[in-house]
Amino acid sequence: MPEIRNFTLNFGPAHPAAHGVLRLVLEMDGETIVRADPHIGLLHRGTEKLAESKPYNQSIGYMDRLDYVSMMCNEHGYVLAIEKLLGITPPERALYIRTMFDEITRILNHLLWIGAHALDVGAMTMFLYAFREREDLMDAYEAVSGARLHATYYRPGGVYRDLPDSMPQFLPNRFRTEAEAKRLNANRGGSLLDFLEDFTNRFPGYVDEYETLLTDNRIWKQRLVGIGVVSPERALQLGFSGAMLRGSGVEWDLRKKQPYAAYDKMDFDIPVGTHGDSYDRYLVRIEEMRQSNRIIKQCIDWLRVNPGEVMLEDSKIAPPKRAEMKQDMEALIQHFKLMTEGYCLPEGEAYAAVEHPKGEFGCYIVSDGANKPYRLKVRAPGFAHLSGLDEMVKGHMLADVVAIIGTQDIVFGEVDR
Amino acid sequence: MSFNWKHYFKTFSLKELMQGMGVTGKYFFERKITIQYPEEKTPISNRFRGHHALRRYPNGEERCIACKLCEAVCPALAITIDLEERPDGTRRTTRYDIDMFKCIYCGFCEEACPVDAIVETNIFEYHFENRGENIQTKDKLLAIGDKHEAEIAKMKAADAPYR
Repeated sequence: MPEIRNFTLNFGPAHPAAHGVLRLVLEMDGETIVRADPHIGLLHRGTEKLAESKPYNQSIGYMDRLDYVSMMCNEHGYVLAIEKLLGITPPERALYIRTMFDEITRILNHLLWIGAHALDVGAMTMFLYAFREREDLMDAYEAVSGARLHATYYRPGGVYRDLPDSMPQFLPNRFRTEAEAKRLNANRGGSLLDFLEDFTNRFPGYVDEYETLLTDNRIWKQRLVGIGVVSPERALQLGFSGAMLRGSGVEWDLRKKQPYAAYDKMDFDIPVGTHGDSYDRYLVRIEEMRQSNRIIKQCIDWLRVNPGEVMLEDSKIAPPKRAEMKQDMEALIQHFKLMTEGYCLPEGEAYAAVEHPKGEFGCYIVSDGANKPYRLKVRAPGFAHLSGLDEMVKGHMLADVVAIIGTQDIVFGEVDR
Repeated sequence: MSFNWKHYFKTFSLKELMQGMGVTGKYFFERKITIQYPEEKTPISNRFRGHHALRRYPNGEERCIACKLCEAVCPALAITIDLEERPDGTRRTTRYDIDMFKCIYCGFCEEACPVDAIVETNIFEYHFENRGENIQTKDKLLAIGDKHEAEIAKMKAADAPYR
């Protein structure tokens, strides 16, 4: 009698539905999953160790590259930990700018997620619609920081530069007449805030379109309803956070529970799911996009009427203004000192967390009083979610693995760090 | 379970699928948003961080004074500088290399430079054909700066009030 063994299937690391470099070793009983074993580490870049050898400010750029679809939120977690240890609070305008860009980042992340998730499940066009809107938001990123993805914009003590008063314009060429260029520039006439306001007015309509395409769609529902159910108790035990936790019905959001930046002054709701399946998490994220849009609107209104400094005026932490640096010897010395040595953090340790689009993103800094961290630990939400993958896929079919990876919103930059 | 006519009507009339097709159909007839890339380009912000360049003063003298601040602040250790004192007593670089493979385009070098010598331009399309070309030497960087000086000056002037 031949021995009957389960079939072992290698899923990834180059599988198109595996979101980057996920390698899953699946033990299959026919087409049912018996055990899923995620192998991680293929995108390990040693960010935590790297930070130990650099002055604090120089690691900001590497935080962007952790979860590379929600860049500024990562930076926020890092600078928040530094600020906590230094005991400083940035000017209010900087807090509002951070809040606004955190929410822009959230929309960016959720748009990529909905595009990729729908593509995995079989809805091709969602990707194109989602990327159309991402383009506008990335223009906002570029206008403010100079890079479309890896912004390096937040600094301990505020943000690097104030919001620009003008947007770059489309130019006419042989494919585009003067009139067409003018039409494309219609929302670029004013400042960045005008550009973003125009976006926030259009965006709810776009979300309605996504919902028309997906929410009631029978194929979408067949693929998501009842797939990857996590009970609220289990979600808490597994250390889930963000939409993964809220989809299970636990109302937990750091923006409400321990407000940072300007979230305590914002009016928004936290969507919560009821069943804890993939479909609920989809609905939660869709609603989060609408709420983010609301927050951006409130930030724009505030930022319009409240000009001011965006960086703390403390020459021990923030470099002096450029004009001042070129005139004043004292300022030049400060500039040289901050650019070479940086600043020292008092001895001690601090943990600061932000509500990242994917969950709780935290940075734990241990300082021995030097200008570099003694140890930096990054708490990535994706890592906890991926650890719960085995439990979520058990008993489901092979095709559902793809849907569950999609619903977890895994990005390997932060899982492997 | 009661027999729900409404539900059955929705199912057999393919209502939600038709609505979805409606969205697709709407965009089929709408104006296209495609940009014909190599021929036409999207607008680029004044703060854009692309390829580096070294600038000169209007009198032709190079700005860089070899203070090595960019070398010190570079998180990726992409910049290498050697210097020498000239016969007239000024400090200038003899070597200014940027390894474009190491650079992470964070913009710290530009931020640190006290004389606005090293800048990041809006040049984002470049390539290397041979091994070793990724190291941009002083001559190459100065050449880029000379070629695009007008544009660089315009971009930097537009952003100066914010920095």
